[in-house]
Order: sequence, then structure tokens, then C-alpha cells
Amino acid sequence: MMTTMPDLSPLYAELFLAGAALVLLMLGVFRGEQSARSISGFAVIALIATAGLVLAGGGETVTTFGGSFISDQFAVYMKVVSLLGAAMILVISGPYMQAEKMDRFEYPVLILLATLGMCLMISANDLIALYMGLELQSLALYVIAAFKRNSQRSTEAGLKYFVLGALSSGMYLYGASMLYGFTGSVGFEGIAQSAAAAEVSGGVVIGLVFVAAALAFKISAVPFHMWTPDVYEGAPTPVTAFFAAAPKAAGVALVVRVMIDAFGTMGPQWQQIMIVVSILSMALGAFAAIGQTNIKRLMAYSSIGHMGYALVGLAAGTVEGITGVLVYMAIYVVMNGGVWVCILSMRRAEGMVENIDDLAGLAKNNPTMAFALAVLMFSLAGIPPMAGFFGKFYVFMAAVDAGLITLAVIGLVTSVVGAFYYIRIVKVIYMDEPAAAFDAPASGGMRVVLLGSTAFTILFVVAPSSLVEVAGKAAASLF
Amino acid sequence: MISAIVFMPLIGAILVGFMGRRIGDTGSMILTSSLVVLAAIFSAITLADVAFGHNPQHIVVLEWMRSGDFELDWAFKVDTLTAVMLFVVTGVSSLVHIYSIGYMSDDPHRPRFFAYLSLFTFAMLMLVTADNFVQLFFGWEGVGLASYLLIGFWFKKSTANAAAMKAFIVNRVGDFGFALGIFALFMVTGSVEFDAVFAQAAQYQGQSFNFLGYDVDILTTICLLLFVGAMGKSAQLFLHTWLPDAMEGPTPVSALIHAATMVTAGVFMVARCSPLFELAPVALEFVTVIGATTAIFAASVGLVQNDIKRVIAYSTCSQLGYMFFAIGVGAYPVAIFHLFTHAFFKALLFLGAGSVIHAMHHEQDMRKMGGLWKTIPFTYAMMLIGTVALMGFPGTAGYFSKDAVLEVAYAAHSGVGNYAFWMGIIAAFMTSFYSWRLIFMTFHGKTRADQHTFEHAHESPLVMLVPLVLLSIGALFAGYAFYDSFVGHHFQEFWGDAIFIADPENGVMHHFHDVPDWVKRLPIVMGGIGFVTAWLFYIKITSIPGALAKQFEPIYQFLLNKWYFDELYDLIFVRFSKWLGEKLWIFGDGKIIDGLGPDGVAASVMQVTKRVVALQTGYLYHYAFAMLIGVVGLVTYFLVWGVH
Repeated sequence: MMTTMPDLSPLYAELFLAGAALVLLMLGVFRGEQSARSISGFAVIALIATAGLVLAGGGETVTTFGGSFISDQFAVYMKVVSLLGAAMILVISGPYMQAEKMDRFEYPVLILLATLGMCLMISANDLIALYMGLELQSLALYVIAAFKRNSQRSTEAGLKYFVLGALSSGMYLYGASMLYGFTGSVGFEGIAQSAAAAEVSGGVVIGLVFVAAALAFKISAVPFHMWTPDVYEGAPTPVTAFFAAAPKAAGVALVVRVMIDAFGTMGPQWQQIMIVVSILSMALGAFAAIGQTNIKRLMAYSSIGHMGYALVGLAAGTVEGITGVLVYMAIYVVMNGGVWVCILSMRRAEGMVENIDDLAGLAKNNPTMAFALAVLMFSLAGIPPMAGFFGKFYVFMAAVDAGLITLAVIGLVTSVVGAFYYIRIVKVIYMDEPAAAFDAPASGGMRVVLLGSTAFTILFVVAPSSLVEVAGKAAASLF
Repeated sequence: MISAIVFMPLIGAILVGFMGRRIGDTGSMILTSSLVVLAAIFSAITLADVAFGHNPQHIVVLEWMRSGDFELDWAFKVDTLTAVMLFVVTGVSSLVHIYSIGYMSDDPHRPRFFAYLSLFTFAMLMLVTADNFVQLFFGWEGVGLASYLLIGFWFKKSTANAAAMKAFIVNRVGDFGFALGIFALFMVTGSVEFDAVFAQAAQYQGQSFNFLGYDVDILTTICLLLFVGAMGKSAQLFLHTWLPDAMEGPTPVSALIHAATMVTAGVFMVARCSPLFELAPVALEFVTVIGATTAIFAASVGLVQNDIKRVIAYSTCSQLGYMFFAIGVGAYPVAIFHLFTHAFFKALLFLGAGSVIHAMHHEQDMRKMGGLWKTIPFTYAMMLIGTVALMGFPGTAGYFSKDAVLEVAYAAHSGVGNYAFWMGIIAAFMTSFYSWRLIFMTFHGKTRADQHTFEHAHESPLVMLVPLVLLSIGALFAGYAFYDSFVGHHFQEFWGDAIFIADPENGVMHHFHDVPDWVKRLPIVMGGIGFVTAWLFYIKITSIPGALAKQFEPIYQFLLNKWYFDELYDLIFVRFSKWLGEKLWIFGDGKIIDGLGPDGVAASVMQVTKRVVALQTGYLYHYAFAMLIGVVGLVTYFLVWGVH
């Protein structure tokens, strides 16, 4: 029997990234700890180069490995967002890792592996390939959550994340086996065909629910969000920043692909799940964040809320809706980069501080950063003309067009409630009695990320259509 | 070139705003000023090309928003109306920039001030170049924001902060109407672009739609809503209260924002929407009445004010009233003409007053001035020119434009037109009186300033005087030079399609040239009487004002307290909303929301957080349990309510 080599050309970028991760790992092993900084630098270059390869690969829809790997416009868009998000976080992690004596070479390598997992799951076209990408990403994330080995909080975070992650993986596999049993296929196209052909059976719906629940865990949507605040607070801050950016983008991409590609004909079923999950996430994100005093915890609830808004677009289930989701995620990742630069700069002589009150007087001590953080907060709150407003605008418009007016109204109300705690931070920065200044000025890389993120947030209003057009093409490639 | 005009001030604002410290005070001032001056030169060229060369332009900068059927480009619409406004805005703005170099010379935050000035200029340019209502609204809000920043520039002064807040809040009321108007337009016509909306306007004439439960005329409702926005921006009666208080800001700001540019945005907007207003006669009558009433109201309050800037502020309010009633009777070109000339002499008066204030070490009370003409003769001469132009002395700019305004009101031969005409005539008398009162109290008689201040009063530096000279040239000659093109017999050739007039051949725009002679002379006579009365009161027999004030105490108090508008609003709105807010706060917020909402949630979150100390609490189990509950809930939902 002849075995032919599968066509590898659609995965050049992933192969490059895997190779880079292995080379850097070897480099680290043989060169020892002192090489951590240069490896981190190489990792950033590798991520950006991979993004370049992804873009160079073009956007035609190609499948390989017997249809379990797909490359299309959608995959290109989300991979670029995830890769650049990861690179951004790696750039801003450096000073923290050095100050906390954690700059070990395993960190950038694990980030590379996690990002590789994301790329694979974004391109997954069947349930098994999806599981493989998901686990590659998750295993790397479990380890870096517990990366500060001598900190009880960090190890606690890692362990919690691992146990709950394992539970969600179990749910996923259970759901996947149900789907295979009832449709006779693990490929998304096969599932879609069999779901379209016959009356939708209860087994398929239950499989769908389990799979959706497991994926919702990855993007920390309510009620599968419980791990988020604890892990965000406990993990080292750069790791939290990473959690908030790239894996969220990849997770949302995954949900979108599974729902549209595999269950496209079962819209009425999964739309109901998405509406419920979206409303719960938006509400919890808005209300629970108000009571927080720790800024990392606050950002955890903020990210829960933002996932809710992104799911509004998915719930619409139209090309416009998915376009909205894609625009939303790109804006979200960029805004987050800037916010985390500010949080990573909250360092005083006695160590890192994490309370919102510690930001008091930032306007006086560091007006530039205060301005940038204020802009980003306004943007997260969705106040025009910041970029965050457009993210919300496109998903809500799509929801209204799809007739989900109640959902859009609830979204508007929660975004108003949510604006309260974002603006409270601005108030603390500008109005409260100044606290002691932060020392250790931000590194060059951090400044570049903060500047870029703020500039993007402010200037997005000038030319929103350029991003929206690309996102629109990416979304159209799914349908 | 249009893009350069619009964006140069923005570039200046950004550079100086973010890097002011690095550029330095002097660098910041020179950078912003030269960019705006350059914009002014370009604007003059544009005016010549577009208005006199009959070459209106439409420039798409970029595609802006695309969402379903909703398409919007960011584009510049440059016709004669816009070109005139561009010239006024950049012209006055560049002079104010230069003047501020001298006026703000001892302020430690000069880069910030110049950045705000340039930012304001940019927003105003956005507003006048708008090609659709959304862009107009962005500019509209932008000038509001920049003016808030500028009024409150001396943020350590609590009155300045309060004034900034008041300006912002009162304008919110107007903006609400404006936004409703835009929504209604979009709902009816399905577009927000000027050309598309105006093209459809005719087909809705006389039709009605359901608004707030009533069947109302479409165009009248929309025009009234839009006009509410204009009333807020242009400080017309009922929404005027913020303008006098805004005088707390630095004086160059008053000259730029509260004389020449932002307050005229309302006039501009209504003129821009002439294709709508022309088809809504009821709305136009309303505009006339409000305009005429504002003209007389503000002038009467101006009679008794003692703060030099407040007198000019009420005068501005009153002159804006003139512009609006000119619009109300359908004479848009006349209104814009008055806007154009008014920009020169009112900016001149403000900057002159600034020069007086500068000389007197920030003293603004006219009762503590007097006899200054000897110490600051140049400023005196400039203020005189501004005053004769404002009162409409024959030959000056104000003479041509104000008389034209009054003549069109007369020529309208309608009830509201006659009302406006007579109110305008009385207001002309008052204008002359308070202007001369200002001159006499400030510059003539024996000084009432304390010895020290008076002796140290000094003429302003050259950098402040040059803008005054340039403005005074405009105040003297702008009327004569532009009368024929703006409002002469061939006005249509000049304005092109920029302004729509329903009946151009037989309207007031032609009849007003043929009004009886007494109508033409009356304003001059009234101005003369005003001058003589002021001279009698404040030079010849200085005891008269005091005696009159005592004799007619109630009237005096009524005027001094600005017709008690602030008190009335305080009683109706401020106290009531405070009372309502307090009730809601105690009952709603305290009992319901705090109990169950933020505080409750916060308390429970805190409690939970406290319990999470170690790993062994079983908390993880809770998490897993919540996930399972979620899955079970969803599965149950589908099993019980069925699979569709």
C-alpha cells in the first residue's frame, strides 16, 4: 500500500513555529539560564516571522491531512491577531521577569508552544485536530500559570486551572464522542452534512452542548468562567496579560469555526446557547467587577464581559455578526496590550502592587501613562470615538440586523454599568490624592506597545473601514 | 489644500499637546501660531477660488463607516458658505493665537493653552467643512469639548470650573434636540448626507408623521429640533445662560469662541440647512421670534452690567439674535454677512477689552476703571473703532450688515417680521448706549482705579496690538468691500448652490433694497440717540444713572439680575433635580441598589474572597460544580423545551 506524504504547504507557518520553539529550547538547554533574555528576543522575532509567513501563505481555502487541517482567510486573520498578541505580551514581559528573578528560558518557549497550539486549533477542521491544538495550548498555559514556583498563589492558580481545564477537556471528549456516535463523522463537513440531511437528533444536540460548554470554558464565558478571577490574580502578571490576549482570540476563533462550519445548519440550537452565555457573561462582567479592588481581578471580570460582547456577534450568526466578532477581537487584543503595560508598571520599592488605589496620582507622577491608561479605559468602556466603541458598534448592529434586539439592548445596558468601573479607574488616576510614585520606568519595548496601543485606540475612528474590510473577507470565507 | 487647512491646526495641537514640554513654551507658541496663520492664508485663497471663482469643491478624505445599508464617507464640502466660514474661523483664530502670545505671557501652562486653541480651531473647521450631519455633529461636539477645556483653563479658579460645567451642560440640552433632529432626518430620508437629504426635502413638504404620540408636520418638527441645537450653541434665549458665565475663561478665548466662531455655529448650521428651513415656514417664524426676543433681551441686560467682558458677551448674544431673525425672514445671505462683519468687530472689542484687562492687571470691573485713554491711547483708539462698527456708524462694517438685517426684517411685511424690526430698532438704541457706556466708563472721566494700578497701567506689547490693527481694518472696511457680493442684487451668483431660497426672485433679498428711506435712516438715528444718552449719563451729568437706578429700582434689579433667568432655572431645574436626585439616592440607590447591587455584590465577593485562603477549602469543587450545573442546565433546556 502506498502512503503519500500529505501536502505540507498550508502549514509552513506552523512548522516554522514548531521548529523555532524546538531550536530555542535546545539553545536554552545548552546555553543555560543566562540566555533567557536573548531567547525571549528570538521568540518575539519567531512569532512575528510566523505571522509574516501566515500572511504570505495567502488566503485561499485549502485543506490537507485528509481534511483535518484547513487554511482560509478566517484562519489567516485570527492567526495573525493571536501571533501578534502573543509577541506583544512577550515584549512587555521582560522587565517583570527580570525583576522577579523569573527570567528563565522556558517561559518564551512555552509561549511559543501555546501559540502553536492556538494556530493549530484555529485551523482545525475536525474534532480530533481541534482537540490536539486545544491541549497543546492548554498544557503550555497550565505550566506558565504556575511558573512562579515559589509563590503559593501562582502554584494554586496553575493547579486550579489544570483541574478545571481537565474537566472541560473531559466534557469536550464526551461531547465529541456523542457527535461521532450520532453523525458518524468527526470532520466538520461530515457533521454538517449529516446534521443537514436528517432531523436533528437529541444526541447531536447534547453533543453540541458539551462541546460548546468546553469551548466556553476556554474563553471564560459564564457559567464556565469560575477559574478566571483566581487564575488571573494568582498567575504572574505577564502570564495573566498573555491569558487575557492571545488565547482569548484563538478561543473565540475556535467557537466561531465550530459553530459556523460544523453546526451551520443547527443555528437555532446553538444561537440559544450563545445568547444565554453572552447575556450571563456581559452581566457578570459588568456587575461583579464593581466590587473589585485588585486590578488583575478587575481585568478578569472585564475579559469575561468582553467575551460576552464578542459572543453577541456570534449569536447573530450572520456574516456581519462574524465580522463584528473579528473586529472586536482585534481591537480587544490591542487595547489589552496597552492596559497590561500600565499594570506591569505598577512597581514600587517594596515590589509589585496590584490595588486600584495604588494608581492614585498617576496623572501627576506620570502624565503620559495616565493619559494612555485613561484613553484605554474609555475604550474598554466603549465610549466613542475610541476604538472600543466601534467593536461594540459592529456587533450590536449585527445583532439588531439579525432581529436580536433584546440581546442588543441588554448589551447596551451592561456596557453602561460596566462603564462605571472603567471610569472609576480614570477618576482614581486623575482626582484622588496622589499615592507614592511608581519606580522603574517602563522599558523601551513596553513604551512602544503602550504608544502603539493608545495610538490605535484613538486613531481607529479615522479609518475603521480598513480593518472592517479585511475582517469582512475573513468572515465571508467561513460561509 | 482644504485638507491642509483642516489638519494643520490638529497637527499643531497634537505636537504641542503631547510634546509641549520638550518643544518649550516659545516653540509651542510659534509652532501652533504659524500653522494656523498658514491655514488662514490658504483659507483666503480658497475663499477667492470657491466663492469668487465659483468653484465649489467636494473632497472625499476616506471611507468612514460601512454597516449594512448605512454608508458614510468622511468628506469636505466646500462651497461659498463653507469658504466664508473657513476664512472667518482661521482668520480670527490666527489673530487670537498671535495675540495670546502676549496676553498669556506670564501663564505657566502656555503649551496646554495653545494646544487647546488649535484643537478648538480644528473642531470648528471640521464643523464648517462637514458634508453630512454626522460629521457636523462630531465637529459640533468637538467645539463643545474644546470650549469646555478653554473656559475651564484656569481650573484652579472655582468660578471658571463652574462656568465650564454650565456651558457644557446647557449645551447638552441643545445637543439633545440637535441629535433628535438628526435621528428624525435619518429615519425619514434614510440618509445623513447633506446633498441626499436636501434633495429629498421637497417631497416631505406638508406631510406629517407620528412623533411622541402626535401627528406633526415632518419638516417643521425636524427644523425645530435642529434649531434647538442652534439655540444652545448660539446662546439664544432660554439657552443663553452659559455665555456670560463663560467670560471666566481667558479673554482671547472669549474673542475666538464667544464672538467669532463657536457661537456662530448655530447660524451656520441653520443656513446650511436652508433647503429644509425654507420649506418649514412655521419653524422660520419661531426662529424669527426667538432671534428678535434675544436681541432685545440681551441688549437690555447689557445696559447695566459692570464687568467689561460681560457687556460684550451680552452684546454678542444680542447680535446673534439679529442674525437669527434675518434667517427667520429668509435672508440667509444677510445673516451670514452680519456674521462675517460681526466676527471682525466683536473679536476686536474682546481683544481690546483683553488689552485693557492686561493693562489693569486682570481687573474687569468697569467701576474700577475710568480715564484710561491717556495711559493706553492705542487700545482706546481700537476700542473706539470696534464701538462705532458695532453701533453701525455709517461707513463701518456694522452699518452695512446691521442695517441690512433690519431692512430685510421690515421688507418681510409679515407679523413676525415687523416684531423683529421694531425689537431690532430698540435694541440698536440700547447697543449704542451700552457700547458708549463701556467706552466712557473705561476710558473717560476721572479714574476710579486705585493709585497703584492706574500708575502701572501700560500699553500692551506689539504682539497684542498688531492683531487689533488687522481686525480694526476689517471692522472698518469689511462691510463696504463685501456688501455687493454677499447681499447685493447679484447675491445668487456669489452663493451659488450653497444657500437655497424658495422664491429668489420676489423674496426679501430683493425687496430690502427698496425699503422707504426712514427705515434706512432710523437705525442711525437710534444709534445717535444712544450715544447722546450715554454721553449725558456718564460724562455730563454723572448723577443720572444712580438716580435712575434708585427711582426705578425694580426695573434696574430686573435687568441687573439678567431677567432672573439664572434664578428661575435654579428654582425649576437645579433645585428640582437635586431634590429628585436626593430622593432617588436615598431610596433607590441607598436602599435598593446599594443593598442588592454594587455594595451587596461587593460585600459577597469580599466575603467569598476572604474565604479563599488555601487550596483545601473545596472551592475548586465549587467551580467544577458550577460548570456542571451550566451543562446540565443547557441540556435540560433542550430536552424539556425540545429540539426544533
